[in-house]
Amino acid sequence: MLRLAFGVLAASLVLAGCSGPWNDPYPGDPPQLRAHTLYSAFNARPKHLDPARAYTSDAYVFVGQVYQPPLQYHYLKRPFELVPYAAEEVPRPRYLDRDGRELPPGAPAAAVAFSEYDVRIRPGQRYQPHPALAVDASGRPLHHALGPAELARIHTLQDFATTGTREVVAADFVHQIKRLAHPRLQSPILGKMANYIVGLGALAESLREEAKSLPRDAFIDLEARSVEGVQVVDRYTFRVRLKGKYPQFVYWLAMPFFAPMPPEADRFYAQPRLAEKNISLDWYPLGSGPYMLAEHDPNRRMVLERNPHYSGQSYPSEGAPGDREAGLLADAGRPLPLTPRIVFSLEKEQIPYWNKFLQGWFDSSGISSDAFDQAVQMNESGDVGISDEMATRGIRLQTSVATSVFYTGFNWNDPVVGSGGKADPAARERARKLRHAISLAIDQEEFISIFRNGRAIPAQGPIAPGIIGFRDGEQGLNRYMYDWVDGAPRRKPLAEARRLLAEAGYPDGRDAKTGQPLVLYLDTTAGGPGARSRIEWQVRQLQKIDVQLVPRLTDWNRFQDKLRQGNVQLFFLGWNADYPDPENFLFLLYGPEAKAGRDGNNSANYANPEYDRLFEQMKGMDDGPARQQVIDRMVEIARHDAPWVWGLHPVDYTLRHGWLLNSKPNSMAQNELKYHRVDGAARAAAQAAWNEPVTWPIGVAALGLVALVVPAWAGYRRRERRLGRVDAPAGTRPGEHR
Amino acid sequence: MIAYLLRRLLYAIPILVGVNLLTFALFFMVNTPDDMARMQLGVKRVTPEAIEDWKRERGYDRPLFVNASAEGVDRVTDTVFFDKSVRLFVFDFGFSDDGRDIGREIRERMGPSLAIALPVFVLGLLAYVCAALLLVFFRQTALDLAGVVLCVVLMSVSAMFYIIGGQYLVSKAWRLAPISGFAEGGAMVPFLLLPVVIGVVAGLGSSTRWYRTIFLDEMGREYVRTARAKGLSELRVLFGHVLRNAMIPILTGVVVVIPSLFLGSLLFESFFGIPGLGSYTIDAINAQDFAVVRAMVFLGSVLYIVGLVLTDLSYAWVDPRVKFA
Repeated sequence: MLRLAFGVLAASLVLAGCSGPWNDPYPGDPPQLRAHTLYSAFNARPKHLDPARAYTSDAYVFVGQVYQPPLQYHYLKRPFELVPYAAEEVPRPRYLDRDGRELPPGAPAAAVAFSEYDVRIRPGQRYQPHPALAVDASGRPLHHALGPAELARIHTLQDFATTGTREVVAADFVHQIKRLAHPRLQSPILGKMANYIVGLGALAESLREEAKSLPRDAFIDLEARSVEGVQVVDRYTFRVRLKGKYPQFVYWLAMPFFAPMPPEADRFYAQPRLAEKNISLDWYPLGSGPYMLAEHDPNRRMVLERNPHYSGQSYPSEGAPGDREAGLLADAGRPLPLTPRIVFSLEKEQIPYWNKFLQGWFDSSGISSDAFDQAVQMNESGDVGISDEMATRGIRLQTSVATSVFYTGFNWNDPVVGSGGKADPAARERARKLRHAISLAIDQEEFISIFRNGRAIPAQGPIAPGIIGFRDGEQGLNRYMYDWVDGAPRRKPLAEARRLLAEAGYPDGRDAKTGQPLVLYLDTTAGGPGARSRIEWQVRQLQKIDVQLVPRLTDWNRFQDKLRQGNVQLFFLGWNADYPDPENFLFLLYGPEAKAGRDGNNSANYANPEYDRLFEQMKGMDDGPARQQVIDRMVEIARHDAPWVWGLHPVDYTLRHGWLLNSKPNSMAQNELKYHRVDGAARAAAQAAWNEPVTWPIGVAALGLVALVVPAWAGYRRRERRLGRVDAPAGTRPGEHR
Repeated sequence: MIAYLLRRLLYAIPILVGVNLLTFALFFMVNTPDDMARMQLGVKRVTPEAIEDWKRERGYDRPLFVNASAEGVDRVTDTVFFDKSVRLFVFDFGFSDDGRDIGREIRERMGPSLAIALPVFVLGLLAYVCAALLLVFFRQTALDLAGVVLCVVLMSVSAMFYIIGGQYLVSKAWRLAPISGFAEGGAMVPFLLLPVVIGVVAGLGSSTRWYRTIFLDEMGREYVRTARAKGLSELRVLFGHVLRNAMIPILTGVVVVIPSLFLGSLLFESFFGIPGLGSYTIDAINAQDFAVVRAMVFLGSVLYIVGLVLTDLSYAWVDPRVKFA
């Protein structure tokens, strides 16, 4: 037995000496393939990969690399700048009046009846290889009329024997815009786009009516339909006509919603029985971007490989100040993508994800709260830096302020905290002071320190940093909440909150007329670890001014219902920007966007005629000092009225290994992976050094087993011998005679 | 036997209808079709028209149980409940609310679930029975006492601790196996080592104690005394007689879970990145995907009923005195 244990130990040592890491999670990837592969993770299967439907960050990780919309954001420059992608240039609008006469470029929004955008795309772009595009010698599709025998042997897209490609043409972009109106796709931006694109709403309505009378799986041929405001001008140009002036439209052209889609894709995927095999456009994308989805197993891993027909894009040769010194321009001019293969592994839990990153199996990682102290340390001056442990591994920290805002909203229609339903100006003013008192009492700096490890900055208004219109420093100070002291904002003292509370009619937290304590209700969907502490902290904040806060924990659906019905008082919510324009934040306080009754995005139901008028003016203005002036006024109105407790803008912390090059956070770009490059040799060396197996525990375990079994066996033998039942020599057993 | 099986199958039908009805009622008590649509369509820029289209597309635009606007039998059949339930009984699970074929998904995920559940089940059963018999052999000795104390300690520790501790020691500190992940074919073995070992160890305390109790119960029987009187070794007494006679209570607990092995383990699959049915179910619950939840609850009920029938059949196999009337 001992010999066996030593044998196991020796064998394990030999194995350790002559093979690679035992904890290698990519056993199927040979070294030459790994050298050119970027390894990443995803924590939830994407809901949709159809570009007309995908609208979540987990989907954009894939969709953003596979599809190529007309525009994209410059990878390095800040503030964010639109640059051509599939298009030859960023289109400039042509403004027309009601009679179709062209107006000058700076025409006021009121004079503009229509805006026209001519988008010219680069010739020579081609789609990824795909069976939907396979044709025979005469140009007829090979796989658009699958017979039962062919269907029987097809289980995935890879089972098709032949694939094809073709050039991207303007008609494909027009087809994709029509797809936004398809009733079965339920595109999330249909409502928004139908308000602007001439004829899109009408198409959606007619398709919806038609779908009602058709079987659920019947094919709806979009090629036979047209949208009045979307036309093919020539093979490489399409025109979109919008109602009125909407300068933000170009930002939408940088999203996959407007990526080209060949009509062949719809015909191919509409064939009977393919959906039963999960062969659909929502599962297998068909794009013209730098990557194609080569392996699609969202239960385990997704693999992107270089689209062999992709060309025409190179790494930028200009960046923001400091980028050259940071080595971010070292690959300037090199053709994209720089990494031909990307492997995403499903990691639902933080602990394995984090440990795999530390072992070098993932190239980059976020930082969970649990790992924060291990990864990050603060120096004496309070600056955040990488911990010594991470630094010795060559890991680098990147931080960037997210284009998001989190806030606690006041229901404008609430009789206590709102000003909406009050005719008396004095009553409105008292409610305003109450909101200011509450906002002051909630110490955002403390919240950020306790619950976000310092990874956020307090919001001074609705607009996030990095967005046009955002004011930094003293210029951007919310003077209702802060004083500017020694070059930094300082929250006003609690005495100011108490004063405001008394002026609002609630001295010491009691109604001056009735003597009853002021009780407020906070609706929240808080869940997960730390939720209870966060809620208790919020309650304690208002206790500081003797106001009672009652949290009402509710699930997301009920919470949304309450918001829609206006049945909330205080609530916690957030917003991630779609595009870097202030309109995308300021509309959250635009009266006609009210949630209650209109199902808009203004969840506080805030309404201020001056703000609304300025919003309508601002959204149609071109960027410049005049627009900034309007934005400043709108922000000032919002700060004065305080429909939100101005919360925070998160700061994203990302760790990356030293071998991952050209990594720069860009919260707007969804296609940044094509810029990344890995130093495969450095990674392989680090992985080998960091993952050498420790084999002595195997020997100890084997010895432990022996130490357990041998005495047990000896004890058994002893006992059996004592009872005279085991292995006694023949003729010596009890009752047996020689 | 056949009559017995037929009878059990007939009993199963009302049980399955009841389970389905209960699942349906509970689900729609806390979720409306509008909630489901919003969950699938996302929270940004969802229009009422998109919600209506989504519901119509998936048949959720009808009444749940009774269609007052329909005539005759359509009052019952033209409802969400009837439409979503009837096909289940021929194992046509339909499509998930995000448009993917549930039957196909179940078939694909069953393999990974079994890959982890089956070794844990088989190796665990062997280990627990052997450990229990060892303790029984050394009953009323210091080894027995130490074993029972160890069992109590082991069963007092949460499964999560075993997982996190195992991942820390084996994968992080010693780097002997991948911390998580999965691969096809033979390449899956390194990924299964750690979860299987942890799965076996996590069940060691409670199961060993349970089997020890069963075996101790048998040890006092007359046939044991007779066997010993015949001079049989204790090993033969334990494995040849005690184990065999203890099969009925063992099978009661064991056979019933065999079909459920297909359903996988929520915790293990999530922590070790095993793409099985356990994680499929929890993902569906989180996404409020009623079609998947309903299918998995139905499948779980069917497998449980199958497990119970198999348990009954196994009684006859191990005990000739058991007859089916």
